[in-house]
Amino acid sequence: MSQTVDEGQTFAALKASGYLRRGRMVASAMQVILFACAALSVVITASILWVLVSESWMFFQQIPLVAFLTDTQWTPAFTNARYGILPLLTATLWAAGIAMAVATPLGLILSVYLSEFAQPRVREVLKPILEMLAAVPTVVFGYFALLFLTPLAKQFIPGLSGFNLLVPGFVMGIMILPYVVSISEDAMRAVPMTLREGAYALGMSRWRTAFTVIIPGAFSGVTAAYLLAFARAVGETMVVAIAAGQNPNLTGDPREGAATITAYIVQMSLGDLPHGSLAYSTIFATGLVLFIITLGFNVLGFFLRRKFREAY
Amino acid sequence: MAGGISERRIVAAAKVQDLVFALLGIVVLFFAMAMLATLVIDLLTDGLARINMQFLSDFPSRRPAEAGILSAWVGTTLVMFVTALLAIPLGVGAGLYLEEYAPKNWLSDLIEINVSNLAGVPSIIYGLLALGFFVYALGMGQTILVGGMVLALLILPIVVVATREAVRAVPSGLRESAYGLGCNRWQVVWSYVLPSARPGILTGAIVGLSRAIGETAPIITIGALTFIAFLPPSPLQAAPPFLNADWLSSPFTVMPIQMFNWTSRPQAGFHENAAATGVLLLGMTLIMNGFAIYLRYRLRKGLKT
Repeated sequence: MSQTVDEGQTFAALKASGYLRRGRMVASAMQVILFACAALSVVITASILWVLVSESWMFFQQIPLVAFLTDTQWTPAFTNARYGILPLLTATLWAAGIAMAVATPLGLILSVYLSEFAQPRVREVLKPILEMLAAVPTVVFGYFALLFLTPLAKQFIPGLSGFNLLVPGFVMGIMILPYVVSISEDAMRAVPMTLREGAYALGMSRWRTAFTVIIPGAFSGVTAAYLLAFARAVGETMVVAIAAGQNPNLTGDPREGAATITAYIVQMSLGDLPHGSLAYSTIFATGLVLFIITLGFNVLGFFLRRKFREAY
Repeated sequence: MAGGISERRIVAAAKVQDLVFALLGIVVLFFAMAMLATLVIDLLTDGLARINMQFLSDFPSRRPAEAGILSAWVGTTLVMFVTALLAIPLGVGAGLYLEEYAPKNWLSDLIEINVSNLAGVPSIIYGLLALGFFVYALGMGQTILVGGMVLALLILPIVVVATREAVRAVPSGLRESAYGLGCNRWQVVWSYVLPSARPGILTGAIVGLSRAIGETAPIITIGALTFIAFLPPSPLQAAPPFLNADWLSSPFTVMPIQMFNWTSRPQAGFHENAAATGVLLLGMTLIMNGFAIYLRYRLRKGLKT
């Protein structure tokens, strides 16, 4: 009995001292602060859009959009300057396409292996090693592509020039592999065990189960992995800036060097870019194109990923 | 009888198929690991010989044998300090809000979509944001502060996602007990949720910072110089208040930029320097990631960290 009275007094004393009120004030202040931290992400996206649009405004006032999208030459430094994004865009898509050609089959095999074949113990060891591959700085991959792989590949591929799209594309494929594997393996493991057991009970091998039950079951997640990986390859900068050359080149031959959108931005940023000049606004115009492409793939990937999470 | 034989044959064929596929998986895995190993060995053979005290204590130079990375590693250290100071509190705050506070409405949805979209925005776009907004619109110039800010924005989604996962793993019984003792929401979050989520958050922060250390493109885009032959003013001083913030507004370079610069030169001597810088960069990121993996492993095993 006496205890209850004591607690009552303590509570009254706490109330009188303003301790509880202070606690409530701190709590509501923190709620506002934490909301501000979260809302920052919206502010960042809005600022990215605002900066890209406002800084490339001048560019699109001088260069008609149709010329920008259809002209086949990108020669901003020439006296008779031409501003067609096609050479940069095709080089970007070549490099990203080669990366996907490497990462798609390897990623599919690896994620099926990790999710359906490997023992849990083996998986615990292997996944961190793959993560290590993802941790290598991209500039190191660039060095590797230009100074190790390209000289090596020259011995096997005739006509390969010192700067080319093939080797950096390949290196990017290896680089995005851990990313592909981690998302698509998650999706495959989210397929319910009962589906697997049903397939096994019908006498299917693991391999057939994987390709006729698991992959279709995890289809949206696996697709999301490839969309997100493609967006990453399109936006990847250092590997192509180092190993694919700086020369805008509308080419159908990946053995040649060609500047990608990202490589062009790096090249221009290294020089002296007077604020407000046309050259300055070109990097924002090309950056805007890059942003729109990656945004499209990312948003699509986000919704597909969310779908596979909801499905099971 | 004939049926029995063909069934056995089907099972045998299935087993062979499984074996072949498992072998294929292992081959692909070894291929990926062999690439990583080749890369590490290539860097080590090219650059290990260049790593010595002179390399760490000299400024860049026109002569490859006399060049060093003093300004680059000092720059990297200072930029990382700014990045950690900004990205960790902001990222943890956002993660806590999304897990513990956010009501189910369109605004929370919008924030969530934004976070996952920001994780996929190419790093060079962050560089353009910093160039147009911080460097020119706000007139902050090409300084350590801007470099730290852009990398902080870049790794923010990593910290947010790690925080959310760590907070989600905190058992709800802990929260309910704390509420039962009369804690308000902030007291529950600060005194109970955050401490239990700390190892997971730490893991995310380390992974994020290791990404920031190797990031080159956004720093190039804001116009950081590639040749810096001086150090920023020291953060410490003899006179009170003993700290000064002048270094925040100093021009700088970082290790990945130095490596990029040396890689793109034709002389072999500079390539050696680039490889040596690469060895140091790779060493730092692999150690940081190794530590993060170790932390996560202990966490999963339920060991005390």
